[in-house]
Amino acid sequence: MPVMNMVQALNNALDEKLGGDPNVLIFGEDVGYFGGVFRVTDGLQAKHGLTRCFDTPIAEGGIIATAIGMGAYGLRPVVEIQFADYILPAFDQLVSEAARLRYRSNGEFWAPLTVRTPYGGGIFGGQTHSQSPEAIFTHVVGLKTVVPSNPYDAKGLLIAAIEDDDPVIILEPKRIYNGPFDGHHDRPLKTWAGHPKAEVPEGLYRVPLGKAAVVREGRDITVLAYGTMVHVALAGIEEAGVDAELLDLRSLVPLDIEAIVASVRKTGRCVILHEASRFGGFGGELSALVQERCFDHLKAPIERVAGWDTPYPHAFEWDYFPGPARLVAALRRAMEY
Amino acid sequence: MDNQPRLTLHIPEPPARPGDHPDFGGMKLPKAGETARPDVDAAEPTMRDMPFGMIRVLDDGHHAVGPWDPHLDVDILHRGLRAMMLTRAFDDRLFRAHRQGKTSFYMKSTGEEAIAVAQSLMLGARDMCFPTYRVVGWLMARNYPLLDLVNQIFSNAGDPLRGRQLPILYSARDYGFYSISGNLGSRFGHAVGWAMASAYKGDDRIALAYVGEGTTAEGGFHEAITFASVYRAPVILCVTNNQWAISSFSGIAGANETTFAAKALAYGIPGLRVDGNDFLAVWAATQWAAERARLNLGATLIELFTYRASGHSTADDPAKYRPADEALQWPLGDPIERLKGHLIALGEWDDERHAALQSALEDEVRAAVRAGEAIGTLGKSKPELASMFEDVFKQPDWRVIEQRREMGV
Repeated sequence: MPVMNMVQALNNALDEKLGGDPNVLIFGEDVGYFGGVFRVTDGLQAKHGLTRCFDTPIAEGGIIATAIGMGAYGLRPVVEIQFADYILPAFDQLVSEAARLRYRSNGEFWAPLTVRTPYGGGIFGGQTHSQSPEAIFTHVVGLKTVVPSNPYDAKGLLIAAIEDDDPVIILEPKRIYNGPFDGHHDRPLKTWAGHPKAEVPEGLYRVPLGKAAVVREGRDITVLAYGTMVHVALAGIEEAGVDAELLDLRSLVPLDIEAIVASVRKTGRCVILHEASRFGGFGGELSALVQERCFDHLKAPIERVAGWDTPYPHAFEWDYFPGPARLVAALRRAMEY
Repeated sequence: MDNQPRLTLHIPEPPARPGDHPDFGGMKLPKAGETARPDVDAAEPTMRDMPFGMIRVLDDGHHAVGPWDPHLDVDILHRGLRAMMLTRAFDDRLFRAHRQGKTSFYMKSTGEEAIAVAQSLMLGARDMCFPTYRVVGWLMARNYPLLDLVNQIFSNAGDPLRGRQLPILYSARDYGFYSISGNLGSRFGHAVGWAMASAYKGDDRIALAYVGEGTTAEGGFHEAITFASVYRAPVILCVTNNQWAISSFSGIAGANETTFAAKALAYGIPGLRVDGNDFLAVWAATQWAAERARLNLGATLIELFTYRASGHSTADDPAKYRPADEALQWPLGDPIERLKGHLIALGEWDDERHAALQSALEDEVRAAVRAGEAIGTLGKSKPELASMFEDVFKQPDWRVIEQRREMGV
């Protein structure tokens, strides 16, 4: 089976969909001839043609607005916002238009667009190339928000997103495009080679939206994570020496509430890990859901480990980034409660 | 219906890609001195041809010609040349510092130095520039300390922005230089608001703002010009058309259909198109717009026509998306060479002095980089960790106070 990094897996998904569905087209800043600043659309224009994968003006609102219009016509546009930090000029289009078109037109019109956007820190990108804005999308009813953590899921989730008839935002953790990252920034870089999830089948397959993956089974504590933090969580669990169950949520909306509840009812403890700043983050919603549905099973307060409530500081990237050490501390607090 | 042609989707493409010969054949450039100069207080409807001409002063023989010749003192020309050369020497040295792993990122303004330098020298100390990431020449022209730039680039203990920003996203209020963000076009409206505030307060200060041609697609660009026009804000709105937005040629921003200066027409403000590699032309057009603004006649849009001779940043290789020798073929030449040629033509400069100045500036940059390295390159030295939690608000709230304690600082 071919071994791919996440960039190649995403590229392969786009290639498959362009080849198989004439209604799929790709556009965004620098995605055409150049193939995208992270190379995710590399070669697609040359292979599939100028009108299937093309550059746009620098206007994120315009990119999303035209994608909605194309979607309403019957196409399945896949657009790239170069960095998630730059999606905000398109926010009105996402919130007021894409997310509500189906509802307000009583199903006459809908917007089956897919928005791909690299997010997250750990690349010394400073405050405008590092943010994790998932919670501002998960709060919007009508938007689906998906976060892959490995090449296999990236391809399967992207194909499922493109085929989905509702707007889907795929937040691509750019820190793990080229290799898994466990938060130990001072250790040698790893590539995806040898990782079981880097084996990516040819052809179309789907990872369904709304299905979490159990990355590691355990009895004593549940860890909820997504994106880069899945790898940080694995490292933290090993270092803490606890028998933790790790769920990779993969899809935040729709959310696999059954998998979360089943795990926490089994373990009785829950730690939530995300890179975004803590206050108002997606961890708050997860914490509330677990408390509401698992209260009688909880043996310890739910812990949240997250980025600090500051902008992402360039010099203090690794002080901001919630690495394994902070997860270990939270796991121990929960276990010793 | 049967007689109707099938619709086709048009996607513009640049005239040349890697492997092709650079092609500037479609570019129609007026000669130096050819474009007329309207009176500063002329009514906007009388100058609607300006966006389709080009203000050029230096001719091919390096002489200043025509109605836009600003007749500058030789001292200004020398200061301009020095600041442009310093900008280039600094860019080259710090770009190398990135390659050596001393910092995370860098962006050069190579080929565009005349723009920020001429405008910085032309405007007053109390005016405010709303910069892009490619106008460090503004600070060079105002003798901003090189060591502070280096420290910012290294995010070290001497960083005047305390490690908060990506390298080169400076802020220097005392030098008339507003805080830069990585977002595009989001400060164009700030410049208009700042200028409106100056008018509201009855002051005499004006603002100048930059975007690249690619950013004219952003809503923020159009919103800002609308406000500038409606309120006759004393602001100079500049579009640096350097032909490339990362890998996208200017046609992706609409350059095949009209000029960027012509965007002004729809908003009813003057639109000037200027040879951005001509120090004298940039000066003269800026002076015209500044005088007009100070006369309460409102905003001017200036397209500065230039070429981004370097890559977008340290993160891209321009030879992957455009002919590698395209910069060398740029019909409007190199701004430093052209001002140097002009000074030589005036009898005020020669190759020997130029080489000596180049060497002295390289020494100055080297000394600043060494001083910055002595404090520490990226990661080797940091501002005080607790400062990470400051300035989220003026007064920290309980969240950051608790989190700072959790970190133990």
